[in-house]
Amino acid sequence: MKILVFVKQVPDTDDVKLDPKTGNIMREGVASKLNPLDANAVEAAIQLKEKYGATVCAISMGPPQAEEVLKKALALGCDEAYLLSDRAFGGADTLATSYTLAMAAKKIGGYDLLLFGRHAVDGDTAQTGPATAAQLGIPQITLASSIDVQDGYVICDRVLEDSVQKVRAKLPALVTVTAEINQPRYPKPINIMKALKKPRFVWNAEDLGADKTRTGIPGSPSSTKEVLEPPKRNADTKYFSGSGEEIAAQIADMLHDEHLI
Amino acid sequence: MAKSDYKGIWVFAEQQNGKLNGTVLELLAKSQELKEHTGEEISAVLLGKNVSHLADTLFAYGADKVILVENGALENYSARPYEAALTQVAEKYKPSIILYGATSLGRDLAPRLMVSLNTGLTADAIDLGFDKDEVFYQTTPAYGGSILAHIVILEARPQMATVRPMMFEPIEPRVGAKGEIITETVTVEADPDYEVLETAPKQDTGDSIEGAQVVVAGGRGIKEESDLTALKELAELLGGKLAASRPLVDNGWLPHEKQIGQSGAAIKPKYIFNIAISGSVQYQVGMQNSGCIISINHTKGAPIFDISHYGAVADYRSVVPALVEEIKRRKA
Ligand SMILES: Cc1cc2nc3c(=O)[nH]c(=O)nc-3n(C[C@H](O)[C@H](O)[C@H](O)COP(=O)(O)OP(=O)(O)OC[C@H]3O[C@@H](n4cnc5c(N)ncnc54)[C@H](O)[C@@H]3O)c2cc1C
Ligand SMILES: Cc1cc2nc3c(=O)[nH]c(=O)nc-3n(C[C@H](O)[C@H](O)[C@H](O)COP(=O)(O)OP(=O)(O)OC[C@H]3O[C@@H](n4cnc5c(N)ncnc54)[C@H](O)[C@@H]3O)c2cc1C
Repeated sequence: MKILVFVKQVPDTDDVKLDPKTGNIMREGVASKLNPLDANAVEAAIQLKEKYGATVCAISMGPPQAEEVLKKALALGCDEAYLLSDRAFGGADTLATSYTLAMAAKKIGGYDLLLFGRHAVDGDTAQTGPATAAQLGIPQITLASSIDVQDGYVICDRVLEDSVQKVRAKLPALVTVTAEINQPRYPKPINIMKALKKPRFVWNAEDLGADKTRTGIPGSPSSTKEVLEPPKRNADTKYFSGSGEEIAAQIADMLHDEHLI
Repeated sequence: MAKSDYKGIWVFAEQQNGKLNGTVLELLAKSQELKEHTGEEISAVLLGKNVSHLADTLFAYGADKVILVENGALENYSARPYEAALTQVAEKYKPSIILYGATSLGRDLAPRLMVSLNTGLTADAIDLGFDKDEVFYQTTPAYGGSILAHIVILEARPQMATVRPMMFEPIEPRVGAKGEIITETVTVEADPDYEVLETAPKQDTGDSIEGAQVVVAGGRGIKEESDLTALKELAELLGGKLAASRPLVDNGWLPHEKQIGQSGAAIKPKYIFNIAISGSVQYQVGMQNSGCIISINHTKGAPIFDISHYGAVADYRSVVPALVEEIKRRKA
């Protein structure tokens, strides 16, 4: 079995600064990490490999620094790493991102299972997984909280708004995972050393045979036009004050007037 | 095709087992505003099998037209047949806008349409409108929580977005309103490679915050896990539920079903207490439409106060236990 797992490098903080002109993230000087749900996707891939045997390829599109998350994926047990890096990939929306990731999947070829995080904590669209499945014309299972492979099918539980489903899709298929699926392991120091010896590839647009009008900014129909401060909605807040007990009494009066107590 | 050739506002009329999803009525309501601006008609696109009875509801809540696509392969939702069917009708009618509820189904389907129609898709918008340049924008919260972004799809058509549930109130139903039903036939087959093996209702832990009338939410300012006991007691005294902002879920004090916000639940209780929560945009989008918002935070000027009806600039440790005692005393 060949498993492709897609990992994204994200800023290691909620407090990201945006370029006020372009609305893009200012990455300079911000520490980054592996997107948390992608650690779950890697863990799912490694567990399937341990159970059934598999070659696991980790793939990331990003600037050269994204190498770091690929090294981590290798240290966790992935076998090969592919960095998709080209200035022509920059500024991609999810249409251009999914096109680029799908081109890489096609070039690697022979895949059975593609694993994604449900969403990345920075862009947070949760669109890249299903869009990549559409680019490849394969079935998808989003929101998987469990995963197994049997007789050429991937079988997952999905937790929806008010139901839980068990579904199966014929391989090759794409699955996006939630945090419930597993508890990611920590890389062992020895494996961090070994990871450095595993094959790592860096591919640009030409290597992928990608059409540059479909990658990066030219391939992105959506863009950020403006960033703004959220409007203040309620300027006439009524404040309670005094000691803890006094405030509590005023809140209780209010709740009483509202017939809540 | 020029982009001006694309006309019409479409709402994807998500239904399962013959029941419309609540987001459909919310999107039809917001579409009235968009229509006032562009003058374009509002169509609800209804896919399924034996679902024509839903058309009257769609007209009552603001659809001018219903595009009805019935086919055995569309009886239960599955991504690829729905993608194929919706792509065919969208290519035929060329709407300028397609809106989907940001539900698990909508977010499964819409990205596939983005690819098949080769256009843009804004994720999880909290608002929609036209800006000073007459450009259709979708508002989404951006990093850090204190900024909003206007996402636009300048050239490609249709302009598509998934829209967060609970952002808009459905209109008062227009009783007896009628419109045109356009019946479309599409070529689709059930997906032989995708199968739902089992569906079960989600186990009700009895602790869900969705639908609760009163919610008491704690945030990162809560010093110790044991302090949550007083918050929970307050919630129970008022017949409500305990909830949290993301940090208390991230650190494992509460399960994810308790999280309010962009990556948690969107709720609209009658009363919500925000205790030691700063009020990031991502938190606010999950609760800003609550009836009465009461916030306790020791930092004057915390953004949560901007959307609060009542506030107290105080340490929660002095207020919450006292409030619990006070309510008990009055109830006794
Ligand atoms: C404020 C803001 C708002 C945005 N809004 C939109 C929008 O509404 N619509 C839109 O199309 N784009 C939008 N984007 C752009 C979008 O973030 C990028 O296209 C990004 O490349 C996709 O990332 P995501 O964080 O949305 O990924 P998600 O779709 O949330 O990520 C899901 C999974 O996809 C995989 N994945 C994602 N990116 C990569 C990668 N580079 N390499 C390998 N695997 C990856 C990972 O497995 C990840 O867990 C926005 C960007 C910003 C900054
Ligand atoms: C993509 C993305 C999605 C996100 N989704 C969500 C989401 O769904 N839900 C969510 O909540 N967040 C979400 N966040 C995180 C969000 O940006 C904020 O980081 C988070 O909401 C902050 O939570 P908080 O208000 O509890 O904590 P803080 O912002 O740290 O605020 C703590 C507050 O407690 C007050 N305080 C401290 N001590 C006391 C005391 N003793 N008495 C009274 N007050 C006190 C402080 O004054 C402060 O205002 C998301 C972020 C991103 C980037």
